Amino acid sequence: MSFLSWGLAAASPLAAPADDGPGNPWFSWQYVRDNAETLAAAVQFHAGLTARAVILALVVALPLAVLAYWIKPLTGPILALSGVLYTIPSLALLALLAPAVGTTTDTSVLIALVLYALLVLVRNSLTGLAQVPDEVRDAATGMGYGRFGRLLRVELPLALPGIITGLRLATVSTVALVTVGSLIGQGGLGDLILGGFRNNFFKAEILTGSVLCLALALVLDLLIAGLGRLLTPWTRRATS
Amino acid sequence: MNTLSEAILWLNDPLNWTNPGGLLERLSEHLQISFWAVLLGCVIGWPIGIWLGHRGRGGAAVITFSNLTLALPTLALLTILPLTPLGFGKPPVVVALGIFAIPPLLSNAYTGLRSIDPEIKDAAKGMGLSGGQMLRRVELPLAVPYLAAGLRTAAVQVVATTTLATFVNGGGLGEIISAGFGLGISVGGNQIVAGGIFVVLLALAVEGLLALLQRLVTPRPLRAAKRRRPTAAAPAG
Repeated sequence: MSFLSWGLAAASPLAAPADDGPGNPWFSWQYVRDNAETLAAAVQFHAGLTARAVILALVVALPLAVLAYWIKPLTGPILALSGVLYTIPSLALLALLAPAVGTTTDTSVLIALVLYALLVLVRNSLTGLAQVPDEVRDAATGMGYGRFGRLLRVELPLALPGIITGLRLATVSTVALVTVGSLIGQGGLGDLILGGFRNNFFKAEILTGSVLCLALALVLDLLIAGLGRLLTPWTRRATS
Repeated sequence: MNTLSEAILWLNDPLNWTNPGGLLERLSEHLQISFWAVLLGCVIGWPIGIWLGHRGRGGAAVITFSNLTLALPTLALLTILPLTPLGFGKPPVVVALGIFAIPPLLSNAYTGLRSIDPEIKDAAKGMGLSGGQMLRRVELPLAVPYLAAGLRTAAVQVVATTTLATFVNGGGLGEIISAGFGLGISVGGNQIVAGGIFVVLLALAVEGLLALLQRLVTPRPLRAAKRRRPTAAAPAG
């Protein structure tokens, strides 16, 4: 019945399954086959919400990072503010947002996710921008680049590795955080996990939801890492 | 704003604090769960991190483990563990939260021991200190600020995440919020927001207290360099 006893049974295949019923309670292909549509819909919702949250967060975070980079005294307050935001429990944030925004749509979850992704993105973008060597900056200025031209053509491209790292961290943690949205029934795969728990502890549903969640995080992480490699060919030459 | 003033009214009702399942009872549950979870994290995370840092190996494994727990939803562990031999109630919640407390403790301990100036270790070796003596008298004292930083990150994260225990009826302050959702937004809205405010204040208070503790245990010469936390925290929940 338990995870442990299943592990033992699997280690000694000669032993007949005792009282586990038909096969292993933690995973069943039949469940996956019968509920393929529900699973696909949950994955789609989960991935869509993650993508929207991360893209929105990036749109907000990049200007903030540039602002903090240009105006040094702003760096402290911006980082401190996003740090405070990070200590706020996700469930509490959702509790504060949901009554104001409503629970019929996923807007409140989206807002919470964007706020959490912000910190990681701002911090990593800022680190990336700060790592641009002074000589490069001087050379760009000497070539006649203005502030914006230098930013777009020189500094942002050189900060890309940092930004990509931030994107990967933000995406992976957002995928995990979406599950908290199941408090108001907007949790994607989290709804499956919690639904399985409430539906008489249906282990197959719980584990399928969890594994899909991990897999989604891994796939998105690899996608962004691949994108980063394509966008920054010069880092490859340096490492090899 | 209307819900907010109603929430403050709700917080001003003494019965909401002293009732069974009221704020005080949930707060003490919350702190107990958090305490045991952080303790569990320390008992597992620190020795491994210190040992790996002392040996100077396993950095890649530490990073992989941290990233893996970042991708693992808290909700998944919270729902899976009660169905294992741990049984229902507080123990699976404590274990689940403890697992998420390990990465910051482990990686900060590792970083703390790795970032000690090699010349100091050479000098200690030259003075004839054995491996164990060097660990106790040189490396651990110098790593204390990092250990404190890890403790702070882990504790704040655990206190924040303990609110999720309500998903599996594990108690804690999250119960106030989910009970509010159970009543419906129109009726329980004040309770939802009040619970949210209370949890936020608790998280900020823990963060402030532990920041103070971190400052107290960090020797003065090390303070300037130790402004930032060495490793990023996992998100709160």
